[in-house]
Formats: sequence, structure tokens, C-alpha cells
Amino acid sequence: MIIQALVFYLFAAVAIASAVMVISSKNPVHSVLFLILCFFNAAGLFVLMGAEFLAMILVVVYVGAVAVLFLFVVMMLDINIERARQGFKQYLLIGGSIGLVLFLELVVILSSSFTAPDAVATAAVPIPDMDTVHNTRALGQVLYTKYAYLFQACGLILLVAMVGAIVLTLRQRDGVRKQVISDQINRSREESVEIKKVSSGSGI
Amino acid sequence: MVEFWEGYALPTIMIVAQIMVIVGPLLIAVAYLTLAERKVIGAMQLRKGPNVVGPFGALQPFADAVKLMMKETILPSGSNKIIFIMAPMLTFILSLVAWAVIPFGEGLVVSDINVGILYLFAISSLGVYGVIMAGWASNSKYPFIGALRSAAQMVSYEVSMGLVIITVLLCVGSLNLSDIVMAQKGDYGLLNWYAFPLLPMFVIFFISILAETNRSPFDLPEGESEIVAGFMVEYSSMSFALFFLGEYANMILMSAMAAILFLGGWLPPLDIAPLNWIPGPVWFSLKIAMVLFCFLWVRATFPRFRYDQLMRLGWKVFLPFSLLWVFLTAGVLVTFDLLPVAQ
Repeated sequence: MIIQALVFYLFAAVAIASAVMVISSKNPVHSVLFLILCFFNAAGLFVLMGAEFLAMILVVVYVGAVAVLFLFVVMMLDINIERARQGFKQYLLIGGSIGLVLFLELVVILSSSFTAPDAVATAAVPIPDMDTVHNTRALGQVLYTKYAYLFQACGLILLVAMVGAIVLTLRQRDGVRKQVISDQINRSREESVEIKKVSSGSGI
Repeated sequence: MVEFWEGYALPTIMIVAQIMVIVGPLLIAVAYLTLAERKVIGAMQLRKGPNVVGPFGALQPFADAVKLMMKETILPSGSNKIIFIMAPMLTFILSLVAWAVIPFGEGLVVSDINVGILYLFAISSLGVYGVIMAGWASNSKYPFIGALRSAAQMVSYEVSMGLVIITVLLCVGSLNLSDIVMAQKGDYGLLNWYAFPLLPMFVIFFISILAETNRSPFDLPEGESEIVAGFMVEYSSMSFALFFLGEYANMILMSAMAAILFLGGWLPPLDIAPLNWIPGPVWFSLKIAMVLFCFLWVRATFPRFRYDQLMRLGWKVFLPFSLLWVFLTAGVLVTFDLLPVAQ
């Protein structure tokens, strides 16, 4: 049991340290790499809680896809660190107040077990006991029955976002030559090659 | 003290021993895969391949390894040193850690976790970081182009790979790799393997793992005729060797994944007398070797894809088709009441 506690503190400490490095490191690419380390440690914490499905999905979705695109964009941008730091004092007030509001909200939610003990009991989702069913199955049973419509709504919102992104970036440009694979395959010998007999010493 | 020994120390020693038993043969397999590649491609191009070092060139991989170790390690002065050194290590480590969940036979697995296939998928999707970090840290043009190509390519092909895995999981009803193999056991021997009922998905999966491992004809991140050696331009000596080992270990890993998902893992092709005397790990290795041969065969046969064609194939052909097949499989399973029962 003590080893499990030690592993928990290892993951938690590295997660917090890398989260601090995300906002304090000078190089934005380093920030993204620390963010990935933070995701990994969060996945480790999920595994310790017995939620291995969530842990793997966190790695597949956030580390394997989202952070790749993030890194892609950050690497392409030429960010001037000195200029980005200039407005630090100017934005300190508004940034600090947003952080304070978020912090207070978290305090309210996390202290609800002391302030409103009844709310915790109603918020708990009735899933089967962890020993009788894998958490993958338990998650599926809740997600696709009780929350099926909300799940579909999430899918629709993502679809709208995707269509929106395509509409915003799609431009019709003139003079672009596109490859039409079916045309290439449908070419016949007659329309592509012409065989001529060339006598030596004279051109065509 | 006894509790500590039995609870923690002994399992740790056992796990380390199991890791050694897997990693040792794996590294030898990687060494001989490089030799097999040169021999197979040589035979297909009517050449002899390496035949000077040792009998039939059998010591060639070790000669190459010694040569790489003797070379000078160069750290470009403009590079980001820490990430530059970390990138090949990451590639190599990722190609080894995934073997923890691969079942070599019934119960022959280091860690039999519930979400084995997701773990494999997660680890294989991390492979791109080695390439991107190498390309960025080198601080040079060609590696950077290689890294950008690799990032776009791997994200594209992961999508269809995920859908292929979902199709198989629909038929199995479990994310455990041993369960996936056992679900392919049936009365009809090899006709029960998912390669036959899900043949189009097997083809898509095979092409996607070619793209995922950056192998020809999808080796655009390396593309020696256009961008020299892509993300590996600035690497030399052992740091290059780690990329090289990582690429080949990844090929073996992906072949093992194909064998588990579609070729029945350690199961014999027919459950009759002389065939089921052969132990499971031997069948498993034979299936991996078969998929690996196809890797080499493809490399000797096809020219490299152009970049826009690669993207078109991934997004406009594979994605819609595999999505359609997921719906079709789910529909057939529900209509004919073939869905696997909850355990």
C-alpha cells in the first residue's frame, strides 16, 4: 500500500511541476512538451484509481492527436518571446481576476462534501460495482443509455465545428490543377500514344 | 520483511526476468530483420545481397552495429541539445514498452491488462513524437520538413487504424488482447480468423501500418531523393542507430498487432494433430514473419507516394470506407443477433 502512495505522490508531483513549467518556460515548444508530460502523469493517476480506460483514452486523444497538432502549430509559428512578455503587467489584473474566479469556483465544488453533504449523494452516478464489471463496460452502459441524447448532441456540436473550420479555410482559387484519378485511369491507349514509324536520318 | 519480499521484491525480479526474455530475442530479431530486408530485396532485384561477413552474410548486422558504435557522435551546435538527444531514445523506448501487453501464447504475457489494444494504439500513436522532436531540435531545414510531413501523415492514418480496431472489437466484445485471439478460435480453423470475414479491413490495416511505421511507399518523412534523410539528417553514430532499431522494432510490433487482430495470434491454422503440437509462440512468430515479408515485398515493389496522394488516400478513401465498414459490421451483428455476449 505504501508503494502505491509513493507512486501517487510521484505522479502528482511531476504533474504539478510540469504544469508550472508549461506556463513558465521561455520556449513555447518546451511548453507543449511539458504539457504532454503533464498529460502522461494525469493518465498515470487515472490508472492508479482503476480507471484504465480513461487513462488510455487520455493518451490516445490528447497526447496522440491534439498535442501533435498543437506542437505542429507552435513549431510553425515564429513567436518572439521578448515581445510576448512586454504586456505582462498590463494583463496581470484581468488575468489574475479570471484565475481568482476559477479558483473560487473550484473551492466551492470541492468543498461541497462539507457544505452540502446531500448534494454528493445525488450527484453520484449509479454504475455497477467496480469488482463486478470492467470500467470500460460500466462507462459504456452509462454513456449509451442514460446520456445517449447528450452524447449525440456532443457529436453534432463537433460536426458543426468541423464544418465551420472547413468553410472558413476553403478558398476557391483559379489556376489550380487538380489530379482526377478516374480520368487518369479511364485513359485509353488510342488517345494517349501515337505510334509512328520514323525512318533513320529524318525527324517527324 | 517476508511480506516485503513476497509482495514487492519477488514480483519485481520476476517482471525484470520476463522483460529480459522478451527484449533479448526482440533485439536479435531486429538485427536479423535488417539482414532479411537486404537479402529479400536483393533476391527481388536479382542481386545477392550481403554475403561476405560470416556464412551467407549472417554476421552482417553485428558488423553494422560495431561500425555505428565506432563512429563519432555529432551534436550540431545550433541544435536544442536535450531534445536532440531525447528524440532517438524516445523512439527506441516506445518501440520496446508496447511489448509488455503482447500475448505470445495462452497466458504467455507480461501484463494481461483489460485495455491491451488501447494501450498498443496509444503507444503506436506516440511514435510521431520521436520524429517531430528530432526534426525540430536539429534546427535545420530538411529535418524540419520531414517532421512536418510525419506529423500530418501519422495523424491521418491513425484515424482509419482506429476505425479498423473498432470493427474488430465489435466482433470480439473485449479490449483484452488474449480475448481477441481466443475469439478467433472456432470450428473452421483459419477461416475463423478475422482476416477472412473482415478482409477489406485487413487490407486497410496493413496499408495503415505501413504509413504508421514510415515504411515505403509512405516513407516521406525520410524521402532520401527529396529531403536527403528527413528527420535523421543531423544524426550520426548511436543516436542514428537508435532511430534505426526503433523503426525495425516498430515494424515487428505492428506485424504482431496485425497477427493478433486478424491472423489468430498464437492459434494454429487448423486444430488437428500435427499442427497443434507446435507451440503457440512458434505460430505467432511465423505469422509475424509473414507480415514482415509483406513489408519488405512492398518496399521492393512500389514507388514512393506523392504527398498529396498520400493525404487523399488517407482522408478521402480509407476514412469513408472504414467508417462504412464499421456501420456495416455493427448492422450485421445486430441484425443476425451475433453480438458477443457480456462476460
